[in-house]
Amino acid sequence: MWQWITRLYHQLGSPKWFMQLTDKWLPWLIAVTALGGLYGLVNGLLFAPVDYQQGNSYRIIYIHVPAALVAQSAFVMMAIAGAVYLVWRIKMAAWVAKAIAPIGASFCLIALFTGAIWGKPTWGTYWIWDARLTSMLLLLFLYFGVMALQKAIESEEMSYRAAAILSLVGVVNIPIIKYSVNWWNTLHQPATLKLTEKPTMHIDMLIPLLVMIATTYVLLAILVILRTRNEILWHERKSKWLKQRLES
Amino acid sequence: MHPKRKQRLSLILFMVVGVSIAVGLLMYSLSQNINLFYTPTQIADGEVPIGQTIRAGGLVVAGSVEREEHGLGVTFKVTDGFAEVPIYFDGILPDLFREGQGIVALVRMNEAGLLVASEVLAKHDEVYMPPEVQDALDQAHSRGKEALYEARY
Repeated sequence: MWQWITRLYHQLGSPKWFMQLTDKWLPWLIAVTALGGLYGLVNGLLFAPVDYQQGNSYRIIYIHVPAALVAQSAFVMMAIAGAVYLVWRIKMAAWVAKAIAPIGASFCLIALFTGAIWGKPTWGTYWIWDARLTSMLLLLFLYFGVMALQKAIESEEMSYRAAAILSLVGVVNIPIIKYSVNWWNTLHQPATLKLTEKPTMHIDMLIPLLVMIATTYVLLAILVILRTRNEILWHERKSKWLKQRLES
Repeated sequence: MHPKRKQRLSLILFMVVGVSIAVGLLMYSLSQNINLFYTPTQIADGEVPIGQTIRAGGLVVAGSVEREEHGLGVTFKVTDGFAEVPIYFDGILPDLFREGQGIVALVRMNEAGLLVASEVLAKHDEVYMPPEVQDALDQAHSRGKEALYEARY
């Protein structure tokens, strides 16, 4: 098992292998996303029972929670890729980090936006400066900062290094987001899905939510793979193997 | 591992740990300011200065909501299980406001010691369930634990 993982890791580190592997993976990943998204959205938005307190407005959870989880996970992924680049100087890691940044930022924006829409009818306000909302906004700005560093510095190597360091500093924010609702008084409620306890949600509402979360993670994988392939096409545009690949 | 890579890796780990400690200490020292609201216990203990606008949060005490005969004025008590404080509000309450519900209010303490709210927000909890389950739970509550178990599963 471990050997298989290390082999996969080394293969993904090579642009040529990455293209070949993802050629095979992409159709499956897209099929899973289409099916999961269809099942999760139809069940969540139409067939899941209404909430005893919020009525139908709770259904935004099927977008909000997956987007928020994926935005945070994508940041951790970006930081790990950055660390791999800083230590081993593997170019693929830097390209993956560059591919993740705008995708993570988009999911973060979706989470903030859907949260605001839900907050108005439930809490009575679109926005409040409590610890959860503020730390999530900080995550969005960290994404913007990483994206800016990737673009702003002329030397590509320096820009990757600067962005990797910012994402490693910014990753400290992730546990703060996660535990903000437990450490401080906030308006945002604590997590419904917990790792160690039973979720405080009815099973008919829970299953579509879990499906949507899994699907959104697969969607993240697809988007990151596609953007990484673009980076490869651009950076390897003069290499022989890519020319052969495009001709065949 | 190559010694140079080892050095870079330990440098990165050192940086992340260092930043975590710095941020952790910052958060700890600012924790009173990061808390969104004062609890009823803190207010009852006199931690709230008179005339200053703060946020107060707690559960609305059952049976404490009194509406004025004319106008929108309403007085209710909030509790955190230890202390109860009365809040006066003249305005439209959120839909989720009811007895037993968590709320967060923007309040100012007047000279008489009464908290006057200028905004009341409902705090939602992490429980999601269909209304039938809630009805069943309410009924079961009066019938006892056995019925509660049946209603839930």
